[in-house]
Amino acid sequence: MKAAHYLVVLIAGALFGFGLSYSTMVRPEVVLGFLKFQDWGLMLVMGGAVAVTVLAYQFAPRLMRAPLLGGRFDTKAIPWNRDTAVGAALFGVGWGIAGVCPGPAIAGLGTGNWDLLWALGGMALGALVQGWRAKA
Amino acid sequence: MDISSLFPFGWSHYLVGGLIIGLGVALLFVFTGLVGGMSSVYSSTWSYLVKRPFFQQAKFTQSRAWRLVYAAGLIVGALVWWLAFSDGTAQHTGVPAWQLAVGGFIAGYGARLGNGCTSGHGICGLSSLSLPSLGAVLTFMATAFLTANLFAWVQA
Repeated sequence: MKAAHYLVVLIAGALFGFGLSYSTMVRPEVVLGFLKFQDWGLMLVMGGAVAVTVLAYQFAPRLMRAPLLGGRFDTKAIPWNRDTAVGAALFGVGWGIAGVCPGPAIAGLGTGNWDLLWALGGMALGALVQGWRAKA
Repeated sequence: MDISSLFPFGWSHYLVGGLIIGLGVALLFVFTGLVGGMSSVYSSTWSYLVKRPFFQQAKFTQSRAWRLVYAAGLIVGALVWWLAFSDGTAQHTGVPAWQLAVGGFIAGYGARLGNGCTSGHGICGLSSLSLPSLGAVLTFMATAFLTANLFAWVQA
C-alpha cells in the first residue's frame, strides 16, 4: 500500500472515531442505557452508519471498475456456522457486561477516558486467547 | 407513544454521529476497497509479537499495518471531538474496572471467534446484505440485552 492509502485509512478512522465520540458511543453508560431499553440512540447511530455504508457497498462495485486508489473491492464473506453463532453470543455477553465494544475501546482513549484501557486490555487478551486456542 | 421518551438525551447527535461513522467506512471502501470492521485489529496486531501459525495467517500479516493506522485514526478523530466539541474535561466512566476488563475479555474473545463485532457485522456486514452477519447482529443484540438487564437486576 502506498502513502495515499494510509492517509485515506487515517482519515476514515478519524471520521469513525469522531462519529463514535459525537454520538456518545464512547461512553459505556450510554451503551448500557440502550441495552436496558432506556435510550434507543444506538439504533440511530447504527442505522445512520448503515444508511451511508450500504450505498457505498452496493453501488461502488457496480459503478466503478476499481477503488479510486486502485486494487479491488474487498468482499468479505463470513459463513454462518457454529463459531459465528457462539462468537456472536459471547460477544454480546461481554458487551452487555462492559458497555464497550472494540471500536469505542480504542476511540475512547482519544477523549481522555483512561478507564477504557481496562476494556482495551481485556479485548486484546480475549483476542490473544481466541487465536491461541484456534487452529490456523 | 411519545417519541421523545425513547431518546431522553435527544436524538440528533446519535443520527449525525452515525452518518459520520458511515461516511468514514464508505470513504475507506470507495478509495481503497477495504472493509473497515474494527475487531480484526485485535488479532492482526498480535501477529507482530506471536509467531503461532494462527496469527501468521496472511489475512492478519497483510492487513496489520493499515488496521493499526485505522485504529490510530479512531483516536485522532475522538481527540478532535474532545478538543473542539466537548468541555475539555477528561471523560470518565462509572462502570467498575473489573466489569470493563471481564466484559472486554469476553467481548474480545467472542468478536474474534465470530469474525466480527458491532462494526464488522453490524455496519459492514449489514451493508453487504450478508445474512450470516444479520444472524450475528440479532444474536449479539439478544445476549447483550439479556446480560445487561440481568446485571442491572443483580446489582439493584
